[in-house]
Amino acid sequence: MTQYAFHFDGTRCTGCKTCEMSCKDYKDLSVGIAYRKVYEVTLGETKKADDGTFTTDCVSYPLSMACNHCDDPSCTKVCPTGAMHKDAETGLVSVDKDKCIGCGYCHMACPYNAPKVDRAKGHSVKCDGCAERLAAGQKPVCVEACPARALDFGTVEEMKKTGDQANIAPLPEKTYTNPNFYIKPSKDAKPASDASAKVVNPLEVM
Amino acid sequence: MLDTKLSRRTFLKTTGALGALAAAGGSVAAADSLFGADVPAALAETEETTTWGHCAINCPGRCALKFHVKDDEVTWVDTHTSPDAGFDDPQARACLRGRSYRRWMNSPDRINYPMKRVGARGEGKYERISWDEAIDTAASKLKEVIEKHGNEAVYVPYATGVSATTARPFNRFLNLVGGFLNRYGDYSTAQITAITPYMYGAKGGSGSSLSSGEDAKLILCFGSSPTETRQGGLTTHYDWVHMRERTPAKIYIIDPRLNDSAMGHSEEWLPINPGTDAALVAALGHELIKNGQTDEDFLHTYCVGYDEETMPEAHKGKNLSYKDYIMGTGYDKVEKTPEWAAPITGISAERIRSLADEIATTKPLYVVQGWGPQRRSNGEWAAWSIMALPCLVGQVGLPGTSNGCREARNSPTLQSLPAGTNPIKDSISCFVWTDAIEHGEDMGAKDWGVRNTDKLKSNIKYMINYAGNCLTNQHSDINKAHEILSDESKCEFILGIDTVMCDSMNYSDIVLPDLFRFEQHSQIATGSDWGYVITGTPATTPKFERKSAYEMASMMAERFGVKDKFTEGKTEEQWIRELYDKSREKDPKLPSYEEMQEMGVYTRAYPHTVALQKFREDPAGNPLVTPSGKIEIFSEKLLKDTEGWKLTEGDTLAGMDTLPGIPAYIPEWEGVESTTKEHPLMLSGFHYRGRIHSSWGFIPELKEVNPQEAWINPADAEPRGIKHGDKVQVHNDRGKIELLAKVTPRVVPGTVAVSQGAWWDGDKKSGKDGVDKGGSINTLTTQRPSPLAKGNPQHTNICDVKRA
Repeated sequence: MTQYAFHFDGTRCTGCKTCEMSCKDYKDLSVGIAYRKVYEVTLGETKKADDGTFTTDCVSYPLSMACNHCDDPSCTKVCPTGAMHKDAETGLVSVDKDKCIGCGYCHMACPYNAPKVDRAKGHSVKCDGCAERLAAGQKPVCVEACPARALDFGTVEEMKKTGDQANIAPLPEKTYTNPNFYIKPSKDAKPASDASAKVVNPLEVM
Repeated sequence: MLDTKLSRRTFLKTTGALGALAAAGGSVAAADSLFGADVPAALAETEETTTWGHCAINCPGRCALKFHVKDDEVTWVDTHTSPDAGFDDPQARACLRGRSYRRWMNSPDRINYPMKRVGARGEGKYERISWDEAIDTAASKLKEVIEKHGNEAVYVPYATGVSATTARPFNRFLNLVGGFLNRYGDYSTAQITAITPYMYGAKGGSGSSLSSGEDAKLILCFGSSPTETRQGGLTTHYDWVHMRERTPAKIYIIDPRLNDSAMGHSEEWLPINPGTDAALVAALGHELIKNGQTDEDFLHTYCVGYDEETMPEAHKGKNLSYKDYIMGTGYDKVEKTPEWAAPITGISAERIRSLADEIATTKPLYVVQGWGPQRRSNGEWAAWSIMALPCLVGQVGLPGTSNGCREARNSPTLQSLPAGTNPIKDSISCFVWTDAIEHGEDMGAKDWGVRNTDKLKSNIKYMINYAGNCLTNQHSDINKAHEILSDESKCEFILGIDTVMCDSMNYSDIVLPDLFRFEQHSQIATGSDWGYVITGTPATTPKFERKSAYEMASMMAERFGVKDKFTEGKTEEQWIRELYDKSREKDPKLPSYEEMQEMGVYTRAYPHTVALQKFREDPAGNPLVTPSGKIEIFSEKLLKDTEGWKLTEGDTLAGMDTLPGIPAYIPEWEGVESTTKEHPLMLSGFHYRGRIHSSWGFIPELKEVNPQEAWINPADAEPRGIKHGDKVQVHNDRGKIELLAKVTPRVVPGTVAVSQGAWWDGDKKSGKDGVDKGGSINTLTTQRPSPLAKGNPQHTNICDVKRA
């Protein structure tokens, strides 16, 4: 098997959401569903002293993430029908919509907010790594869309060369699912274990 | 062929008798028995094709769009990209908005037919009519206004929804029928455009390219967010990310917000109070002068008005130099020490001193400004001050420097549809047209900056608003604009042309349905560090009764008997080709038109551009187009041009009755020094990811992930009981808007930041007592123009915020 992985360059990403919207157009997704989302992490304070002058230790950084096509996916483990499955050739995790009963366990189990039940379609939906594009020698639509060239996709061996595995906040410990997501962190990025680094744009990503 | 693998869900989704019949009887057999041997055309598999097009909205990105089309419908929108592209490879990748075009072009709100207004102006009630009736009405009303009031009563308001080489056909038409009232300046750059020629001359108004920042050691960005203002993959978003990765320079972004360009690199943020850049520069100048760190050779060789020695003869001995202003020996006689600037700017005296020291000791220094600092009541002087800073240390015209203007843009040059000559020379600032509707005949040169005439000859009576939302939404004081426009006795007729009914369109008397540029032949040249040209063919046939603006203007011309003069016998595509071929004669490196169509996107590399390089090398041989041929830090011409101007309180420094001829700090009308008990906070706008100005402002998928928010610091939110995500009202004397609170340390205390361009959504009958639930900042901005440019000071506001 050739396991594929995403790469995210946190030093380049500016949080513009072109990745997210290109995916929504290509996959024809409507309001309420996004396969890739952009999280804003902001912490610190900007204060004004009595003399009217500012001090700041504010830190803010974006994280663009879709499905991490984990080695040990929690979504496939909890799926009661086997609809959620990991491809033997590419390691990409996707939903067999004919088997899915829309129970939403995958949505609840995934620590990366990837699968969601599309109630209009009646089954779970998520990033499939643009498997058909991959087969045609292309990269996922989000990767080829990025104006800042902050995303990449390739074999896990390639992606590992310039990134560490899912190591920044607000991501959970990588040991849970062994995600295929490699990151070059920005100066601002906090380690995955830092509980103070929270997502501040829940409305945009839930 | 039809899919024979029928799933349970597909079956359930199949509705109607034919579907059930096909499923039960076997699809081919059933279809055969009903319709004959051939598969009906509607069911035949059609090939997907791709066409190139370009974004045409008011963003210099104008990125490439690659439309995937099947059955004359766009299935998805790709861009100029490839799987193996490296970081350095130029690809004009569309931003999130470009990738959402399908939602706009297929929107149920798309205008399909000509319409006439059947309700009150602004009410938005329309009825479908024929093209003949629409054009007859618009043309006969135009004839009537011209006969009664003259061509000076006809106006084409600032409107930027469509850009291409042939995107201005209405100006050409109007010039053939006697012309129209001109305008100068624009809503993006009014103040900096007005001031820059005084300092750098008519041709010196551009900075170095962003790529030149790669050669710098220190980069100061005043009020700039290259990623948010131009988001595409071969415009400043990409250029910024690319330059930052390549440069060894330390970067500071001086801004009231930690804007998106600093995300991930938050140490770059130097927070400042809005509207106070000139005060910061004055205090930095004070330190440089005091410590003997100014480049006196440069200032004495290349500049006028820095100190007494370089003042123009007529102004010597009066303590009118910039140095006199800074050191407190002239003007307001206040020494501009860091302690003076600290409470104004919000930057501590200690930090101003350390920054001055960095500026003095780190070379090359690259100073650049966005257009935020200038879109203010004191914007002309803010922009001028930022330009003066690199001059103080001689960091102009050398590799790795810039001149303090906005970064340069490179682009191949393409000719545009000739507009002809406007017989009318009278001109107003683009921002004061609402006044010209109300009392144009009272407006003159010395009070309203009217040009080429002492007084306007007529109030504005007829307007053609093509692809513009500047009548209300993107103008200022929406409630006041509504009052003026809704009175049909004032501006008697408005012809509106667009793809959807934005708020401004609701004032049209006749509405015409436009095509996107990618639904017709189109070409555009643009660029930033890289230059590029995009050549598009129609993605689909025109749907419903939509027509191109060129066709509409031709029809208007026909009613005036000037159609042949207008078209010169050419279709729009023929014009595009002819204009391109002419451009190619001057630039033979450009490929043929056919090749351009085939490749879609043509890119061209440019070297790092350095502003004023030739002037620096040889100031006598390559003088600037200023009266002295030098950089003018004191402008005698500005004083002369504005002699006798009627000023309003706050337009100039306290105690002066003329505008200052140096880049002084003028406190804003509504700013850090003039908040009130009732309105204790400043309110400033910014560009948002999900829109360019108001374009795309109605697309649900974009609104969902780019909610309209008021950025407010926890220090201001907490005492008001406001929590992150609460619905709040931002209000001042001009109105109220309702939106969500983004409680964040990314904005300085004392300032609320609201992204500009959200679609106004309220009840116009209630006027300023009503609530704009769209959250358009222009419900709260003023129509008072800035002192010199008579431009829009839309970031200069005070307000308060409460929970809704």
